[in-house]
Amino acid sequence: MLSKAEVEKIAKLSRINLTEAEIKHFQGEFATILKFVEQLNQVDTSQVTPTYQITGLANKTRPDVIDYQFTREQMFKSAIETAEDHLKVKGVFGPSPLTP
Amino acid sequence: MIKELREKLDSKKISAVELTQQYLARIKKRNPELNAYVLVLEDYALEQAKQADVRIAKGDIQPLTGIPYALKDVFCVDGIETTACSNILKGYIPPYTGTVAKKLYNQGAVLLGKTNTDEFTMGASTENSCFGVTRNPHDITKVAGGSSGGSAAAVAADLAVFALGTDTGGSIRLPAAYCGVAGLRPTYGLVSRYGVISMASSLDTIGPITTTCADAQAVLQEITGIDPLDSTTIASTNVVKQNSKKIELNKITIGVPKEYFSVAGLNETVRQRIEEVIAQLKKQYKITVKEISLPHTQFAIPTYYVLCPCEVSSNMARYDGIKYGYRSEQVEDLFSVYAQSRAEGFGDEVKRRIMLGTYALSAGYYEAYYLKAAKVRTLIKQDFTKAFQEVDVIITPTTPNTAFAVGEKAQDPLEMYLADIYLAAVSLAGLPGLAVPAGQLKQLPIGVQLIGRQFSEDSLLQFGAIIEQLYK
Repeated sequence: MLSKAEVEKIAKLSRINLTEAEIKHFQGEFATILKFVEQLNQVDTSQVTPTYQITGLANKTRPDVIDYQFTREQMFKSAIETAEDHLKVKGVFGPSPLTP
Repeated sequence: MIKELREKLDSKKISAVELTQQYLARIKKRNPELNAYVLVLEDYALEQAKQADVRIAKGDIQPLTGIPYALKDVFCVDGIETTACSNILKGYIPPYTGTVAKKLYNQGAVLLGKTNTDEFTMGASTENSCFGVTRNPHDITKVAGGSSGGSAAAVAADLAVFALGTDTGGSIRLPAAYCGVAGLRPTYGLVSRYGVISMASSLDTIGPITTTCADAQAVLQEITGIDPLDSTTIASTNVVKQNSKKIELNKITIGVPKEYFSVAGLNETVRQRIEEVIAQLKKQYKITVKEISLPHTQFAIPTYYVLCPCEVSSNMARYDGIKYGYRSEQVEDLFSVYAQSRAEGFGDEVKRRIMLGTYALSAGYYEAYYLKAAKVRTLIKQDFTKAFQEVDVIITPTTPNTAFAVGEKAQDPLEMYLADIYLAAVSLAGLPGLAVPAGQLKQLPIGVQLIGRQFSEDSLLQFGAIIEQLYK
């Protein structure tokens, strides 16, 4: 079972704030689900290559041509906050939230 | 149904506007109870219908001109709210139309509205929706299945001629089975995913939900094709043809995978019904039946619930409270814009998958989970490849039981995952899977699943049409 600290770390990596009650709740559910998926360890895969693309396509290329049809206005229509014709966000630089 | 409506529209027995009005009236009457639609586009639909009538009058007719249909609320349409039934996307108006929606628009098909889904298509019951549950038209105390529950319920209740859904682990086939309609998950790559909100990109497919297999064929034909905007699409000209060769039934061998019939929880009546279908096919059509083995069947759900959350954790990263969608009011810094907006915007199942995926992909765990599952995926695919050397079509139940009650599995995520027990392997192998109704049990539909080789949709649908006839 994942420890409380591990669940907190995953939540931080996932950028999802959790309450104490939620941490406890997910901790229990993760234990059940991880135990379930760990059945896969019964399968011998030592000689098996992984599958990532199921129809076997690989490295499909196209001409590197700019084909961009959206206007700034269209892109901003669903924006949450804008200022001076730009998206407005909180300051990016500061102490890392991942260091205690 | 589409063929009959096409004839009526073209011979002016009914106009597209009249037909659309009939559907809108039925939606008004029935939708408050079913909650199949989360957005009804009354004015928009009537305007499209008017334009369709103009086209029909001029003889500028395509197969779906004037046919009213519905889209699951993950299909982006320019100017029309698209939410994936998530609070994090409420109010989102896409600035563009996805490829499939555009194809239907160009045909002059009439979009009636957007249908309900589990949030970001994550679920098997359409209970995980910020718009509330969709109810089964056959019994409103039961779920419609999910995640394309709104689309399936809409078609089953005749609130749309056809609807499109998405199927990642079973999300077209399961609700189709629960609602007693036809639902096709096409081969991965047959239909462009551009402009459809992603869940797990290596597994996501788009397909039709219809009242008959003939209708599914009619719709599929119009939505396939290579799309420069989706690099996983594959040419389909030889796969789905209008007047394709009829399958010769006496030359067909169907495979019955023994593992699928020894699943705990397989309802006895459902089992007997599938056996009855097989017996009828043998008797009436001289089809050869062969027992086969798909030895890695039991590992399909565990494999799926590693790979899917991993891909989810990556695809959901774009919902950050910055570019579009929901932003929490309770924010101090950039981190809390992300973390608090996502905490308030996402529902539990989405959070669960993001975190499980993040864990499985994190340093030190990648090989144990993701890589392991990607390898088992190879074995699952090989099971099918081997089986298809001996048989042409595989027949299974679509689900172990008929639709469950609203709320019955809502508190147990693992129990919900197991609803896809007959469906996930097909998804992992990238194969087409077709759910066909085969009668009922206590007024609730039973579904047969047909599985074919990659790009065998054409014969699969013809075969489905035969089973459909058995229980008409």
